[in-house]
Amino acid sequence: MTPNTHEHRELQHGGMPTCRDVIEFLMAYVDDELSPAQRAAFEQHLAVCPSCVNYLNGYRSTISMAKAAAPTVDQGELPQSLVAAVRAARRNS
Amino acid sequence: MAEDTLSDNGTRRALARSHPAPAAGPSDDVDAVLLVEAALLDRLRHKEDAAYEELVVLAGGRMLAVARRMMPQEQDAADAVQDAFLSAFKSLERFDGRSRLTTWLHRITVNACLMKLRTRRRHPERMIDDLLPQFVEDGHQRQSSRPWNPTALAGIQQRETRTLVRAKIDELPDQYREVLLLRDIEQLSTDETGGVLGMTTSAVKTRLHRARQALRTLLEPHFQEDHT
Repeated sequence: MTPNTHEHRELQHGGMPTCRDVIEFLMAYVDDELSPAQRAAFEQHLAVCPSCVNYLNGYRSTISMAKAAAPTVDQGELPQSLVAAVRAARRNS
Repeated sequence: MAEDTLSDNGTRRALARSHPAPAAGPSDDVDAVLLVEAALLDRLRHKEDAAYEELVVLAGGRMLAVARRMMPQEQDAADAVQDAFLSAFKSLERFDGRSRLTTWLHRITVNACLMKLRTRRRHPERMIDDLLPQFVEDGHQRQSSRPWNPTALAGIQQRETRTLVRAKIDELPDQYREVLLLRDIEQLSTDETGGVLGMTTSAVKTRLHRARQALRTLLEPHFQEDHT
C-alpha cells in the first residue's frame, strides 16, 4: 500500500491511467487543466471504474460543501464594543 | 472624535464600493474612491485621531466579515480584527500605496486570522497521510470508494451541514486547513494564496488538492449512501 504523496509527478501520456493517477490529478481534471489527450485518457478510465467515479463525485461535493461552509455575514458596521476595544488598544500601544 | 467625520456619507459610500471587487462603475467612481483613500491615508500618516476612528468605522465591518468567515468563534474573529487594526496602524508608514488601502487591510486581516489560528492548540493534530487515499502497488485504490448520498448536496446550506463541514475543516492539519480556508472559504486566487502563505502556485495547488482529499475522507462517513 502506498499513500498519495508525490509532490510534482507528471501525468504520463499514453495508456490508461491508474486509479492512483486519476485521483492524484483529480484537481487538474476538475479545473479543466489537463491536455485533451490526458482528459480523454481520464475519461476512458472513469468509464470503466465506478470507484473512481464515486471518488470524483465525493470530491466535487466536498469542494461545494467547503465553499458553502462559510457563514454568510453582512458587511455591516463594526459593533461599538469592538470599535471601543480598538480605540483603547491603540491608545495603550 | 468628531461625529461629523463619521457621518460623512459620501466618504462611507465611496469606501464601501471599494472592496473586495474593484468598482464596476464608471472610471470617475474609481478615481473618487482612490482619492478618498489617498486623503484618508494622508491624514492617517499625520496621525489625526479622527482619521484612525474613520478607518475603523469604515473598514471594520468588512474586516470583521472576513474574520468571521475564517474563524468560527465570534470572540476569535473580534480579536483578530483588533489585532489587524493594531498591525495596520503600526505598518502605515510602510504601506507603499501600490494596492488599495482596503485591499491592504484585507490581507492584514487574513494574516491576523492565520496567526490566531496557528496559536490555538489542537491535540492531537491529524496526520495528513492518514487522511489521503491509499493505493496498492498496481495503482488501484486499496478500498473502493462508495457513492455519496445523492441528497448530501441538497442540505449544503443547512446550518447543521455547514457546522459539520466547518468542524471537519478545523480537524485538518494546520497547513492544509490554511490553504483550504484561503482558497475555498475566503475565495482568494491561487496566486493570492501563494502570496499570503509564501508558497509557489504549484505548491498551493498540491496542498489544496490534499486538503480537499483529506476533507473528503473526514466527510465521507457522514454522506456515504449507506450511512444511517
